[in-house]
Amino acid sequence: MEMNARQHKFGMVIDLDKCTGCGACMVACMAENNVPFKVDETNKRDSITWMRVYKLTNGKPYPEADACFLPRPCMHCEGHAGHSPCVSVCPATATDYSSETGVVSQIYTRCFGCRYCMAACPYHARYFNWWDPVWPDGMEKYLSPNVSPRMRGVVEKCSFCYHRYQLAREKAIYEERDEVAEEEYQTACTQACPAGAIVFGDLNNPDHQVARIVQPDAHHHFTGHSKIAFRLLEQLGTNPKVYYLTEREWVRKMCDQYNFGPQAAGH
Amino acid sequence: MDSALFPKGVKRCPTWQFALWIGAVGIVLLWGVYAMLLCWLKGLNQTNMNDYYGFALWIWADLAVIALGGGAFFTGFLRYIVGKDELKNIINFAVLIGFICYSSALLILAIDIGQPLRGWFIFWHANVHSMLTEVAFCLSCYFGVLTIEYIPLILENRQIDRVPFFHNLAHNMHEVMAVFAATGAFLSFFHQGSLGGVAGVLFGRPFAFREGIFIWPWTFFLFTWSAAAFGPCFTIFLLKITEKITAKKLVKDSTVWLLAKISGWMMLTYIIAKTIDTLYWLTVTAPAAGYGAGFFYDNWFYNFGWLFVEIVVGGFIPALILVSEKGRRSPGLLFLAVLLGVIGVSVNRWVMVLQVMAVPVMPFDTWALYYPSWQEVATTILPVAYGVILVSLSYRYLPVFPNEMELNAAPAQAEAVVDEELPVQAAVARA
Repeated sequence: MEMNARQHKFGMVIDLDKCTGCGACMVACMAENNVPFKVDETNKRDSITWMRVYKLTNGKPYPEADACFLPRPCMHCEGHAGHSPCVSVCPATATDYSSETGVVSQIYTRCFGCRYCMAACPYHARYFNWWDPVWPDGMEKYLSPNVSPRMRGVVEKCSFCYHRYQLAREKAIYEERDEVAEEEYQTACTQACPAGAIVFGDLNNPDHQVARIVQPDAHHHFTGHSKIAFRLLEQLGTNPKVYYLTEREWVRKMCDQYNFGPQAAGH
Repeated sequence: MDSALFPKGVKRCPTWQFALWIGAVGIVLLWGVYAMLLCWLKGLNQTNMNDYYGFALWIWADLAVIALGGGAFFTGFLRYIVGKDELKNIINFAVLIGFICYSSALLILAIDIGQPLRGWFIFWHANVHSMLTEVAFCLSCYFGVLTIEYIPLILENRQIDRVPFFHNLAHNMHEVMAVFAATGAFLSFFHQGSLGGVAGVLFGRPFAFREGIFIWPWTFFLFTWSAAAFGPCFTIFLLKITEKITAKKLVKDSTVWLLAKISGWMMLTYIIAKTIDTLYWLTVTAPAAGYGAGFFYDNWFYNFGWLFVEIVVGGFIPALILVSEKGRRSPGLLFLAVLLGVIGVSVNRWVMVLQVMAVPVMPFDTWALYYPSWQEVATTILPVAYGVILVSLSYRYLPVFPNEMELNAAPAQAEAVVDEELPVQAAVARA
């Protein structure tokens, strides 16, 4: 099909100076993607949050104290030629890098739960279903019919709301259009952010806002042209497709490991 | 009561004593089986693993037993391919230990995966880029090889051996064993290496990532090398324990010394290579990713002590003892060396699994420490209990140690026994 001939590279840019840490993106993501939850979610190391907001602090005392909230979805790393850290290690081809969309997918029915991909991901963006999902009475009726719930024993992660892309593409095909318009495919977190901190679109399409903001440089590992743009742990060579913006130098330095180690903790 | 099943001419403890021993170990085994069933029926929420510790105690145990079980392939390689005939006296025991280690590894993997019924997907939907795929294929095939190597020993049980078909089958299997030894060495090179590659390819985890040649990180070669070096240590270590428990000498000193000497030189060369790898990683690879040398050891639990134990205490010291003739011929020093070697390689596998998970990668993250649940501990001890039972049964009923009778005969009887047995052995050999 002609519209498939074009290679998209869906990505995200998050303005950390706009993010207030309200968590609306996390809630929207969970509702949109049927993300299971437990009665007690205090242990964040076995709770599933495809989109997770971290709190960063500069570690300085008042009045120089500063905090920054950093939303972290799956980075949909491209690595080198599609060899993202998690995709190349999966022994059962249960996760895949799409050269058509740039999305790292997870095939839940093929995953057998070895968790090697989780070990490979430096962003902790992959989550294991330690329990079977249990929904409160009546809540099953509110689950999204477009996203399959996952069973115990498999890994899941942010899909950039890929089902929304599928729906938008089907609509475009039905209407005999070649392209999915920018506003037709937006992730749930992008739409839920009250501060407008998240922008989503095709990094390969110069008309898309995300590409205009980032202007990824294909000759320099797709780093952003903007001085205030950076990617998390860029030096590892994961080539992620989530860009962050901030005027605050300490945040930029911290997130790319310029400082050899954690400068602040807390999340 | 069961003396008719014993190998000819050897003494074994009374049946009641043996039953008591097996019963005691069996209780531990059942405890492990109960924990295993809990994990299978209720899921991995029975463990203390979490999304930071996706790999934990089990994967360490898996890597450790595979490394320690490396004595089987390397001893087989030396015996059948290199031609160190002296090692025929210990090859049965090495195969037995290897069989136990590899069957344990497969069992642990079956418990460790979240969807055990989908375990076959690794073969059906194989991703050729994944080190784990190579591990799965080679591990399974090599377990088949070990089974083939273990079967003749079972067939040599005194009663089974009476059946002409089994007798001839065992004999013919022995005849072609060099083929399986070579196959085992080939498969082991790849799966031991791929287990090292599992950690080494993780370019998102600077503690584990190593550069290398083509698709193989340095850890690929280091893991194979270390398994060949430390595997025989484990064989000798268990041999000495078995000798202590049975109060018998089971293998000639000359055989043990030869294996210890080869193991020592392998260890020494390995640990030099490992030291070079560590220095290069700490000064070049990790800093290129933004991590200083001290970063990975900046924790109350994970500190430089681990590196010291792995490289010096569990590497250089046992290697130097074993390469020295005086060292390996001293029973005390020999035991100390093989014990330290077993600890050293186990520490290496530990840090390449658990410390990889513990080190924070995102700068705003913290160290993740973990302790296993009782279900994890029980299922990790389960293979140990299973191993003890299999060694006990094999020792009691199978001719694991061909020199046992000769080495334990009373001085006055020794000559008579040798005279009596030699024609029988010669006849078997002619057959």
